[in-house]
Formats: sequence, structure tokens, C-alpha cells
Amino acid sequence: MTTELLELTAAAAAERVRAGEVSAGEVFEFWRERAALDDLNAFLWRADGPPAAPPATDAPLGGVPLAIKDLFCTEGVPSAAASRILEGYRPPYTATAVQRLADAGAPLLGKTNMDEFAMGSSNENSGFGPVNNPWDRSRVPGGSSGGSAAAVAAGLAPWAIGTDTGGSVRQPAALCGVVGLKPTYGAVSRYGMIAFASSLDQAGPLTRDVTDSALLLRHMVGRDPCDSTSTGMPEEVRLPTAESLEGLRFGVPPELTGEGIEAGVREVFETTLKLIEDLGGTLEEVSLPHSGRGISAYYVIAPAEASANLARFDGVRYGVRKGNGDLLSLYEETRDAGFGAEVKRRIMLGTYALSSGYYDAYYGRAQRVRTKIAEDFRAAFEKVDLIVTPTTPTVAFPLGEKSDDPLAMYMNDFCTVPMPLAGIPAISIPGGLSDGLPVGMQLAGPAFSENRILDAAHALERSIGFDGSAARV
Amino acid sequence: MIDREQVLHVARLARLRLTDDEVERMTGELSTILDHIEKLSELDLDGVEPTSHVIELENVLRPDEPRPSLPREVALEQAPDTDGAGFRVPSPGA
Repeated sequence: MTTELLELTAAAAAERVRAGEVSAGEVFEFWRERAALDDLNAFLWRADGPPAAPPATDAPLGGVPLAIKDLFCTEGVPSAAASRILEGYRPPYTATAVQRLADAGAPLLGKTNMDEFAMGSSNENSGFGPVNNPWDRSRVPGGSSGGSAAAVAAGLAPWAIGTDTGGSVRQPAALCGVVGLKPTYGAVSRYGMIAFASSLDQAGPLTRDVTDSALLLRHMVGRDPCDSTSTGMPEEVRLPTAESLEGLRFGVPPELTGEGIEAGVREVFETTLKLIEDLGGTLEEVSLPHSGRGISAYYVIAPAEASANLARFDGVRYGVRKGNGDLLSLYEETRDAGFGAEVKRRIMLGTYALSSGYYDAYYGRAQRVRTKIAEDFRAAFEKVDLIVTPTTPTVAFPLGEKSDDPLAMYMNDFCTVPMPLAGIPAISIPGGLSDGLPVGMQLAGPAFSENRILDAAHALERSIGFDGSAARV
Repeated sequence: MIDREQVLHVARLARLRLTDDEVERMTGELSTILDHIEKLSELDLDGVEPTSHVIELENVLRPDEPRPSLPREVALEQAPDTDGAGFRVPSPGA
């Protein structure tokens, strides 16, 4: 049974636990041993054993353990958002999304590596070293949820959660050949997520397939009194069953599918478009005239919010403290020693954009562009049900290739940044390989259309028949 | 474009102490990024409302009922320095 567990999706494993064919304890032990094989630096912390209180035998998630991005606070367990400034921090409470999943029967398997404070697209900005892509260890896994994506792809974890601010679930999912979903803003509580950009951050699942994604999402969503921006979902998240795309209209935006998309990615995209038609879907060009400006707007709004959110890391209440002088030197020396280069860069960018005399020119303008981007999507969804694009312009790139060029790094988010700016949901599923590396296909829909997205992704996934087993350690 | 003086000013606002090397590098990198962002000024945004929040929500209220919060000793547990009752910091100085 136990070696068989590696072949099973998490949903299938949960089913077997509930049917009494295997115990939750055996499933946990199997995955604990798998996680211990990590030679990708995907985990920053791993559980010694199952939780003291085992999940109920009929728990919907069956006791199948979960890898959790390091920025989710988990009570008593190191939670540092991969930053040196929070090294050793053990929060006194657990994030709502994590608690909900634990209550539904998914105990904590480990905390996964990430770009520090979720700022990055390659996982190279972690304070605890980069993560290797299991498809090719000389390449990045994407970011910022790179550890979660690599762990699922390599078979070190059955499923994982991450967070997406500008693409941080979908982009690493694409580069590692797994499924990554960013829900509608507000569907999942942000309480206990170490905040990066509060108007954009949203937690989402990283899984082997679309059904696992739906199952995790179903138990993550919900209004939370501890996050007054959370709304939950207006309908229950269903497990997807669709096998056809009959009656669905797919929009192809030239702005996100043309210039800058490398040939191998474009090829997989073209194949996916043909599959959509084979499955009964129709294709239509739709324009998102402002989406090409997404990167510019995002790299004002996200750093601006980050510069305020990260003001709390000052060496007073938690984390690391440096400096022996007065209070100001304590702040400055703590932050100088604790923050990595990209985090400092974004704090600087955000502080500048919010500073006196520049606020309107940068932040105000970016917020107006955000309105235009959201309006573009609304207009497009009058004509089509879903929008389809590649998830990323390129496949996984070599470690170090873009680390000295911040702007080139930011362009990785080109196709994923417009959706969080508009607050809408989107999924990335593996579309195929290009030169042996996974290529992600993105489906986006209107706010709270997760069920439609999951159904369409499920039908496509069946037809694509992607086999990710080559990446397993 | 952003110059060295502006970088130093912003670093002071952000409570970041940058080394000379960092100031040098940051000046170049931020200028490149800001040049890209500047392209937003090509757009006609007259009369466009800014978006700060994407989901329509207004006045999320709850009953004002007292309930227990994090006990003081738990809140202080992770602090680098405390006097048992609060967070301890050095003098703000002159």
C-alpha cells in the first residue's frame, strides 16, 4: 500500500483513508518519510510526527498531510516568511486558512521555502537559500511559493498551500508542472498570513491535479471575523466533473499572449487552444488594453503596501534585534541585518512612491490603472466565460540568470499580475513540456467563478494527460 | 530617475541603514524600475477613480462585545527584550 501512496492524488488517498483501506497514521508516516528525502531545499521545517489529536476517521481531507508556505503563522512552529529578520519566530496563533484545513483533516507536514516575504519569482530571494526545480536542478522553481510547488512536483508532499500576490502560486506551479489556484480576493481569510500587499494577497492550493485543488479550496474558503476583507464564497466549491467544454466561450487576449512569450511556450499554448476547440469550447479574441501596464501598476502598489506592512519588523516585539545604541539605531540596524536585498529594494520603491510630492504621480496613478485593468476584465467577461493565456512568458530559467536584473525578474509576472489587480480568480495547469520543462496554461474568470474555472481546468487536464512523475525524487 | 540624495532620504524614511555600496546599487536599480513605471504617465487617466480595494465591502461591523485577547505573557514570549510587563527598548536618544 505505502509505495502506492506516491501514485495516488491526495483526494484519492483521503478516499482510501475514509474507506478504512489505510489509516491516517500510515499516510502521515509515508509522507513524513517522503518529505525527509528533500534535497531541493523545499522545506524549511518538517513535522516529527502526526498531530497529538488525530483527525476524525471521516474527516473530508482524510488526514493527508499538507505542506504550508512559511509565511502562514502556525502556532508554536517556526514561521519566518523565509526572512532572517523572523528567524526562530514561533507565532502564538495559527492562520485561519491553515486551521480550517487542519480541522478538515489535513495536518501540518512542514513549512516550505519561499522568496523572503513572498517578494520574488524565482525563490532566490529566500533568506535560507534557493530551491532547486525538480525537473532540472540547475533551474529555479519559480516563486514566491517555490518550495510548495517543488515539494508537490517532486513527490515530497501530497499537496501544499501558498500565497499569490502577483502570481506567486500560479507562476511556480507553472514552472514545476503542478496545479496552482489563486482564488478571488476575499474568498480565503488572510488572517495569520504574514502580510506583503494586503489588497492583493490571497492564499491558494498547489496540487498534483485539479480535483485536489478544488478539495483544498473547498476547505480553505469562508468569511472570517478576524479578516474583515474576507467574504467567503457565495456557493460551495464543487469537486469538478466536467469532461467537455461545450458551451464555454474562451477569450484570448493578444496583450498577454503575443510579444514576449517564448516560442516553446507559445507552441504549448497553441496546442491548448486546439484542445479547447476539440472539447467543444469556442475561442474569441478579447482585448485587455491595459493589462500590459499591469507590471508597472503592480510594482507601485505592491511595494507601497509592503513598505507599510513591513514597518512592523523593527526588532521590538518579535524576531531578531540588532544594535546597541539608541532606539533609532536599533530599528535601522535590525532592518539592515534582517532584510535581504529584494525586500530592501521594494521597501525603498514603496516608500518613495508614497513619499510627499510623489504620491499622486506614482501611487494615485497606479490605482487608476488598476481601475482600468479591472474594467477591461469586466468588459471581456461580457463576451466570454473564461480567459486563457500562458501562465508565464518562459519555462524555468537557470538559477542566477536574472538575479542581477530586477526588472527582467519582474517581467516573469507579466501574465499573472493583471488578475490580482482586478481581484479575480485564475488557475495554472500543466499544458505540456518544452525541451523537457513544464509549461503552464492559465484560465481566469470573473470574481467567484472558481467552480467554472475548476470544471474547465478539469476537462482540459483530462485531455492534456500531463505526466509529472519524471520530476519525483 | 532617482539620485543618491533621494535614495538616502527615502532610506531614512524607511528606517533602512544602507551601506555605500547599497546606496550606489539602489540608485541605479530604482532608476531603471522607475523609468519603466513612468510609462504609466502616457495613459489618459482623467476622471478615472482610483481602486484601493477590489471587492465591494462597506462598513464591516460586529457587536462590540468584550472577549479575551492574547494573554500578556504569550504576547511577550517572542520579544527580544521585555521587563515582564511590556516590550523593553533603549532610550529614543537625543
